[in-house]
Amino acid sequence: MPNDLNAKIEKHTIAVVVDNEPGVLARVIGLFSGRGYNIESLTVSEVDPVQRLSRITIVTSGTRMVIEQIKAQLDRLVPIHKVRDLSDDEKPCIERELALVKVVGTGEKRIEALRLADIFKARVVDATLTSFVFEITGTGDELNEFAGLMSQLGMIETSRTGIVAIGRGPGGF
Amino acid sequence: METEGRVVMSDQKLTGADIVLKALRDQGVELIFGYPGGAVLPIYDALFKQNDLRHILVRHEQAAVHAAEGYARSTGKVGCVLVTSGPGATNAVTGLTDALMDSIPIVCLTGQVPTHLIGNDAFQEADTTGITRPCTKHNYLVKDVRNLARVIHEGFYVARSGRPGPVVIDIPKDVQFAEGPYVGPHEIRHKSYRPQVKPELAKVEEAIELIANAKRPIFYTGGGVVNSGPLASKLLTQFVHMTGYPCTNTLMGLGAFPASDPLFLGMLGMHGTYEANLAMHGCDVMICIGARFDDRVTGKISEFAPGSKKIHVDIDPSSINKNVAVDLAIIGDAGHVLEDMIRIWKARQKRPDQAALKAWWAQIELWRKRDCLRYQKTDRIIKPQYAIERLRDAIRGIDHYITTEVGQHQMWAAQFLPFEQPNRWLTSGGLGTMGYGLPAAIGCQLAHPESLVVDVAGEASIMMNIQEMSTAVQYRTPVKVFILNNQYMGMVRQWQELLHGSRYSESYSEALPDFVKLAEAFGAVGLRASKVSEVDDVIAEMIRVKQPVIVDMCVDPKENCFPMIPGGRAHNDILLGPSDTTEDATPEEGMVLV
Repeated sequence: MPNDLNAKIEKHTIAVVVDNEPGVLARVIGLFSGRGYNIESLTVSEVDPVQRLSRITIVTSGTRMVIEQIKAQLDRLVPIHKVRDLSDDEKPCIERELALVKVVGTGEKRIEALRLADIFKARVVDATLTSFVFEITGTGDELNEFAGLMSQLGMIETSRTGIVAIGRGPGGF
Repeated sequence: METEGRVVMSDQKLTGADIVLKALRDQGVELIFGYPGGAVLPIYDALFKQNDLRHILVRHEQAAVHAAEGYARSTGKVGCVLVTSGPGATNAVTGLTDALMDSIPIVCLTGQVPTHLIGNDAFQEADTTGITRPCTKHNYLVKDVRNLARVIHEGFYVARSGRPGPVVIDIPKDVQFAEGPYVGPHEIRHKSYRPQVKPELAKVEEAIELIANAKRPIFYTGGGVVNSGPLASKLLTQFVHMTGYPCTNTLMGLGAFPASDPLFLGMLGMHGTYEANLAMHGCDVMICIGARFDDRVTGKISEFAPGSKKIHVDIDPSSINKNVAVDLAIIGDAGHVLEDMIRIWKARQKRPDQAALKAWWAQIELWRKRDCLRYQKTDRIIKPQYAIERLRDAIRGIDHYITTEVGQHQMWAAQFLPFEQPNRWLTSGGLGTMGYGLPAAIGCQLAHPESLVVDVAGEASIMMNIQEMSTAVQYRTPVKVFILNNQYMGMVRQWQELLHGSRYSESYSEALPDFVKLAEAFGAVGLRASKVSEVDDVIAEMIRVKQPVIVDMCVDPKENCFPMIPGGRAHNDILLGPSDTTEDATPEEGMVLV
């Protein structure tokens, strides 16, 4: 935005409740690509099978003006029910991500991987004599840290869900 | 399938095609602009068997949408389009984008290949909902006939509610054949879409205080006032009169405030008047109603109305703070907001600061005295501005509508033609679509058969949808195509002259047709004026003839459109004429702007 060339770039987590109908996700993603907004993470799943509502969690970054624009643009999409900026809450929202991490190796490295997994509270969900698949849940930073360590211990593959988030306290959406 | 006049029970079954027509009738549709093809044949067959809905056969699907826009813009109703799958839908894309940019309510029904063939690259298959997603307000693919009636009613609701826009409803051929229940428009309530139309009163009260305390105020109003309906224009005029403040309109807002009113400063923006742009630049309180701070209006953002307090009234929250940060945002329909503004202004017995206002008007009068629209009058050659002025004088007193194509002629029409009422000026503002004017004129003429409808055109633009002359002749719509023929894509040439060292790359209109013969070939009337002395007679004849007419007005090929704020410049850097043109008219960063 020409108005605020020096404005700070902020990272925001935005939750959106939408009708679970074909094309909704394309609409949201198209909005971001068409208008040049960033998507750092995007997750979506149905949360209310009766009313057929899905919840999309988007992590994005931009100046305050851009973030406000993103929310307004999302809100005007016809099948969108509610938009909420979880980063605007007084207390930081709860953010979680799940990763599956495959580590291949034998001997000392294998034992070290298992030891670190224990420290990070990662579960072993698959094991062979030469490999583990760990399941780990945590913040994005925790997952990054875990993956960073595992990459030195034979990590050959990782799959992450992207961030889901919810506000703290008794208040609802 | 006799169902009219009776309450349709949900157990009564209609074919999809009949559901479509019944839903359109229940939505008050009178005219459909369209073009048949394989995937919409069931609907065309149903059309054949009834007499309520009139179908207008265009010659290209883009023109169907523009014609529907002309109809919608001049009546305030939703325009309706019917096209086939594949190329029918892709051809409509330009029109849909145009309607999206200018907030015109359109419902476009597209045929689609049968559901079992979708995704198989079937003949004339295109991913219509995918292609039109970014160029519609909303779109639907109806895969089940049981949803068809609901979706059509919902589509009309979405198209006309809030900030209006185009809606595409893609209907596979098997759904058109299948039988399903009908539901009426009143049985539908949209799940999520409820735009805010009434403003927050506290915000309006705050605005009134700002407005009343202004020293150098200006009303800057746009298409949102027109879209709100004729009442909003009346309220705007009333409120502006109550304050005595100056008012400028955007290109889309022309007619929302009467052009002849002494408080009117003319259009603002890149080719707006000197007084409007300088008043915007020098104001201390800006009251923006239903306009969106488009780059053609603001010029250089960092120098846009520096130091002013900005009030922005808009029905679309995403318009707020998009280009320009404002001090006070009011979400709501222009009509509702103006009603509240007037009420609160009266209740609080507000009076403007008369001394400050007098000084402000004295300054504005000085700017007005520059007479920024002056041009060199000559008997030697027809100046385009002169042709428009003569047109203006000839149609004064005749009930008329003006459409335009896009380019210099469009700007001259906006500058020189006075619009006293809303919905009389139909132009492609946001998208700038050459080829808009003729089909829009046809759509407008069909809605107003007794009025004079003139498409002010350029010789390049008109070639983009010239085939619609055939439509005009078929339906006996006596539209007048008033071509300012300067043998150039004039606006392109003007920019090349100012910014690209007069290298007129591909902007000369080579191999032009003889427009008089072309008109005759279509079965219309062709007229030409190449001398100043012929202008009045040609215009009089054009108005007299009750047939479609093409006027070939051979104007000065070198004339440029002034005033002009070069791209990337501020409002006070406005150029008033050729003598103002300097080598460094546009700074480097302005060159990249379009």
